[in-house]
Amino acid sequence: MTTQTSPQQAPPLPSRWERLRDSYLLYSFKRDPIAQLSLLVFVVFVACAVLAPWLAPMNPYDLAQIDILASELPPFWIDGSDPAYVMGTDAQGRDLLSTILYGARVSLIIGFGAVALQALLGVVFGLLAGYLGGRIDAFLMRLADIQLSFSTLMVAIVVGALVKAIFGSATFSTYAVPLLVLIIGLAEWPQYARTVRASVLAEKGKEYVDAARTMGLPSRRIMFRHILPNTLSPIFVISTVQVANAIISEAALSFLGLGMPETHPSLGSLIKSGFDYIQSGSWWITLIPGAVLVVLVLVINLLGDWLRDVLNPRLYKG
Amino acid sequence: MTDTLSSPRPEASHSRADNGQPLLEIRGLEKRFSLSGDFLEQLKFKGGRLVREQEHVHAINGVDLEIQRGEALCVVGESGCGKSTVARTVMGLLHPSAGEIRYAGERIDDLSTQALMPYRRRMQMIFQNPYASLNPRMTIQQTLEEPIRLHHPDWSRQRVRDQVDEVMASVGIAADWGKRYGHEFSGGQRQRIAIARALAVDPEFIVADEPISALDVSIQAQVLNLLMDARRDRNLTYLFITHDLAVVEHFGTRVAVMYLGRVCEVAPTATLFATPRHPYTQALMSAIPRLEDERPQHIRLEGEVPTPVHLPSGCVFHARCPHANARCREEIPRLIARDDGSQVACHGVEEGRID
Repeated sequence: MTTQTSPQQAPPLPSRWERLRDSYLLYSFKRDPIAQLSLLVFVVFVACAVLAPWLAPMNPYDLAQIDILASELPPFWIDGSDPAYVMGTDAQGRDLLSTILYGARVSLIIGFGAVALQALLGVVFGLLAGYLGGRIDAFLMRLADIQLSFSTLMVAIVVGALVKAIFGSATFSTYAVPLLVLIIGLAEWPQYARTVRASVLAEKGKEYVDAARTMGLPSRRIMFRHILPNTLSPIFVISTVQVANAIISEAALSFLGLGMPETHPSLGSLIKSGFDYIQSGSWWITLIPGAVLVVLVLVINLLGDWLRDVLNPRLYKG
Repeated sequence: MTDTLSSPRPEASHSRADNGQPLLEIRGLEKRFSLSGDFLEQLKFKGGRLVREQEHVHAINGVDLEIQRGEALCVVGESGCGKSTVARTVMGLLHPSAGEIRYAGERIDDLSTQALMPYRRRMQMIFQNPYASLNPRMTIQQTLEEPIRLHHPDWSRQRVRDQVDEVMASVGIAADWGKRYGHEFSGGQRQRIAIARALAVDPEFIVADEPISALDVSIQAQVLNLLMDARRDRNLTYLFITHDLAVVEHFGTRVAVMYLGRVCEVAPTATLFATPRHPYTQALMSAIPRLEDERPQHIRLEGEVPTPVHLPSGCVFHARCPHANARCREEIPRLIARDDGSQVACHGVEEGRID
């Protein structure tokens, strides 16, 4: 009777905080100044965007606060600036700093919203395709191929132009944020679906999935409760890249005049509105929001890079 | 511990009433896996004509087995002979290409997922690799509670927890392991957890697919004894897949020997080890290393196992069998019962050519 030994003792269970403190994630974060700086900048951006109504000197959406006579004022370090407008003003007399804060907010909302939609569609379709296989897999993956063969911008331009033509510019302007989320979200879901499907195919062959099946668990529960949690790391990694991509797509659309309206500018539409004045010397209207956009996208990409390195077991377990 | 052990098993008694009938009956089971991909990949040009060509791996080709209540049937055979496929088909992880599987007299291989649910509770499976068979993102408590909640949705939270505690104690793992994740344990500990998961819903039949082959040798005996204790305490019936003949001798009440997707011999363990009949079984038995052997008398088989894609005609073993004749090359031998309780699928044994 060697089996009925007294229950074996295990070392005490670490608390959640101890597990985080000892985790490889935190360890590598503490040793990566680029990741630290990127996270800091990103957090500052998000905080500024969220707190824009309280931080901004004026509300650029409020026509009563805009003084057309104060238009095209330069930023503070150039002669002829007005100390009330630190970053200068745009062609309509809006304070550029306030407009950038509000614009960053719009850009981030669209970026995260579009990625949430992409992730939702992509994860569901990827799980279905990978787990059920067969015809459903073939159908969904061919759908993804077709979707990917149209470039995001082209889809967005066609849909945006159609909506504008059918419902008019006023309606488009009112629903610009949800529409852009929808357009960018629908255009990019195959990225998620393919990644998720690949991970599902790898997980599906493992015995814990067989165990769940012999238990009699319904497919839905196996997919979402057993397989999905084990495919999360690649989802995290592509999410960061996709947020940056979505922000760029939105900026590009706005620059083409199919994005946010001038009255509720995002970073992209700010760049566009300033572009007309770049030749007349008011370069700051375009360049300052442009620099903000570049920095925002850069830090998100750097964070995504770092996360991919950390979560890739081949790079640290070998 | 004894009263908590016996109480939550109301159905076990009535299902054991119908005696004489095998608990599991496999008839003419076949499983083919396509090698040819989808429809478009199967189309080929041959002689100027478009023809559809399909190739299959014949993993199992007409397996007949019966498992009586309370016995431990071991299935042995070399790698790729289809023993795991039999286990997975019985558990419904694979759909058989032909043949039928009956559980307590009811056909189960063509049931819908919903209709299969009562059998899912009565049949459980233990897997080979304990490193892969536990979900890495679930705690042990969650892993063990899941099957109980699924099969007993009406049970209270406390009753589920009591059942988990009972089953953890019965496989020798401490209750405070529940909050941990699978990766925190060694292979033997994980296999205990996997056994606990199988036992959690009080099954009567367990399919064990090489449950100790992935374990350290020093742990194998512990886990094997645990499985034997569970068999005695809970009246379990086992279908035990293995390639370790020492385990068979220790654990099995009957043994089925498989070769290339067919059963060549089924016999009570003692009979098989004392007097193997089928030429393949004889070769297999002679390969067991023994301490007293100074000059081992291995039966050497010529050649390799034929590919399961193009099955040999007649007896699958004929190309390597020293006793094969013309009949063996043409006619597929059936399992024929003998007086000593064994069944042998061999023309030579049937004709008395081989003793």
